[in-house]
Amino acid sequence: MATKINSSEITPEHIYLSRRKFMIGIGSLAASAAVLSACGNQFGSTASGSNAQAALPDDLKVSATTDELGDELTPFGAVTSYNNFYEFTTTKEGVAGLAEGFKTSPWQVEVGGLVNNPKTFDIDDLRTKFAQEERIYRLRCVEAWSMVIPWLGFSLSEILKEVEPTAQAKYVRFETLYDPDRLPGQSSRWYNWPYIEGLRLDEAMNPLATMATGLYGKHLLPQNGAPFRLVVPWKYGFKSIKSIVKIELVDKMPVSLWMAAAPNEYGFYANVNPDVPHPRWSQATERRIGEFGRRDTLPFNGYGDEVAYLYEGMNLRANF
Amino acid sequence: MAKRKAKTRWTPLQIITHLGALFPLVWLAWDFWQGQTALLINPFQEATFRTGKAAIILLMLSLACTPINTVFGFKQVLALRKPLGLYAFMYAAIHFSIFIVDNGLVSNSLNLWAVYEATFEKRYALVGFAAFVVLLALAITSNQWSMRTLRKNWKRLHRFVYAAGVLAVIHFVWLVKSDIREPLIYGALLTIMLVLRIPAVRKWVVNTRQNLSRRRQAATSSS
Repeated sequence: MATKINSSEITPEHIYLSRRKFMIGIGSLAASAAVLSACGNQFGSTASGSNAQAALPDDLKVSATTDELGDELTPFGAVTSYNNFYEFTTTKEGVAGLAEGFKTSPWQVEVGGLVNNPKTFDIDDLRTKFAQEERIYRLRCVEAWSMVIPWLGFSLSEILKEVEPTAQAKYVRFETLYDPDRLPGQSSRWYNWPYIEGLRLDEAMNPLATMATGLYGKHLLPQNGAPFRLVVPWKYGFKSIKSIVKIELVDKMPVSLWMAAAPNEYGFYANVNPDVPHPRWSQATERRIGEFGRRDTLPFNGYGDEVAYLYEGMNLRANF
Repeated sequence: MAKRKAKTRWTPLQIITHLGALFPLVWLAWDFWQGQTALLINPFQEATFRTGKAAIILLMLSLACTPINTVFGFKQVLALRKPLGLYAFMYAAIHFSIFIVDNGLVSNSLNLWAVYEATFEKRYALVGFAAFVVLLALAITSNQWSMRTLRKNWKRLHRFVYAAGVLAVIHFVWLVKSDIREPLIYGALLTIMLVLRIPAVRKWVVNTRQNLSRRRQAATSSS
C-alpha cells in the first residue's frame, strides 16, 4: 500500500524557500561562523555563500553565478522576500506574504498612444512571441541597497518596433495595474495611484531597457512585479515599474508617481550616480545584499559604456 | 544619615520599566537568531531602524513622566525618568555605533571620512547626532556626584532633554520617505508634553485636579 502524504505534511514553498534563503544568506554574513556552528545540525552544514548554484532549489535555473563584473547573484530567497512594492505594503519583508495569490492571469498589456500599430498583448503572447533571454543585471535601489538578479525577458525596443512609434512620440509612459481590492496599498492617499513611470524614447530603445517576465528561470512572482515589469539597470530601482498594464507613447515627459510625491527628491532621469546625493542621504556607496559592509556605487550602476551616450552634454545634477 | 534609606526594594512599576526597556534589545537578538527576513537580508538598515525606534520611544516615555504626574498626581513615575532616559541613551548609542560601522566599512576597509561625511553632510543625520550628543552629556552627569558638583547647573543642563526630544523628532521626520504620519504623532505627543511643563499650564492643571478630587471627597463624605 502506498503511503499517503497529507498535504499538510508537505513544506509550503515559501517556508522551504525561506530555509534555503537562511542557508544561503547567512553564509555570507560575517556572523555566520558562530551562528552556523551553533545550529549546524538544524540547518545542515552544506550552506556556503560562495556557491549559490549548489544550494539552488531544483526549479530554479541560472546559466552563471555572477554578473559580468564577477559579483555574485543575490540568492533567490532574498530577491523574493525583500521587496519595495508599495501597492502591497511599505514594509519590504511584508510584500511577499500580502502578494501571495495575486492573480496574474488573465493579464493584458495595452500598448498604444502615438503609434501606427496599437496592440494589446496577452501575457502568454509576451512570454512566447518574444525570445526570452536571461539577463543578469544589478538592481540599485535609491535607498542605497542593491542586488544582482538573473532576469528573464527581452528588450523593450522589440515591443516598440511592433507598434511603430510615430514621429511625434518622444517618451514612453508605463502604468501599473490600478485595483485597490487586489493591491491594498493603493488605498493609501499618500500617493497618487496608479504607479506611473517613463523613459525618453531613446532610453527606451537602448537594448539594456528590458521587459521582464521572469527571474531565476521562473515566471515572476507577484512580489517582484508579476507578470510583466520593466527593468532599467542603469537607473534607480523605482524606475523599473512593476505589474504593467499599459505602455503608451507620448510627446510630453510623463510625471512619475515619485516625481509627483516628492519633486525635489525624485527626478525623471534617476540615473544611478554616486556624485549626485539624494537630498537626504549620500548615493556614493551602497549595501549589496548578502555582503558585510558597503561598496562604492558605480556611475550608471556600472553600465556607463552602454548608456552614457544618452546623456552627453546634459547636466546630470540638474537632471537627477 | 537619615536621608539614605536601607536598600530600596524595586517596585513592580520599576521592574516593568526595566523589562520593557530591555525588550527591544532581546527582541532584536531573538529575531536575528531566528533569521527574520529584514535582519537577514539588510541587517544594518533593519537594526538601525529598530534601535532608533526604541531610543525615541524611551526618550518620549522619559519625557512623559513629569506630565503624567502633573495630570494624574501619580508620583511613582517620577523615579522612572532617569532609568528611561538612560535606556534611551543606550539605544541611541547602539544606533549610532551601527551607523558608524555601516557607513565606515566601505569595500572591506574602514573609511573614517565616509563616517564624517555621513554624519555631517545630511541634515537628518546631523540632528540625530546632535540629539545623541545631548543624551551623552546627560547620561554622563546622571549620578549623585554630578548633581552635587553642578548644583543648580545640573537642572539647567538636564533641561536639555527637551531639546533632545525635539531633535529626535526632527531626525525622524526628515528621514522618512513621504508618509510622515508616524513621526508627526511623536511630534504631537512631544508638543503636549512640553506644553504641560509651562508653569502656568502646569499650575492650572494641578489646581483643577486638586479641586476635582476635593469635590469628589466632599461628595463621598456627605453621602
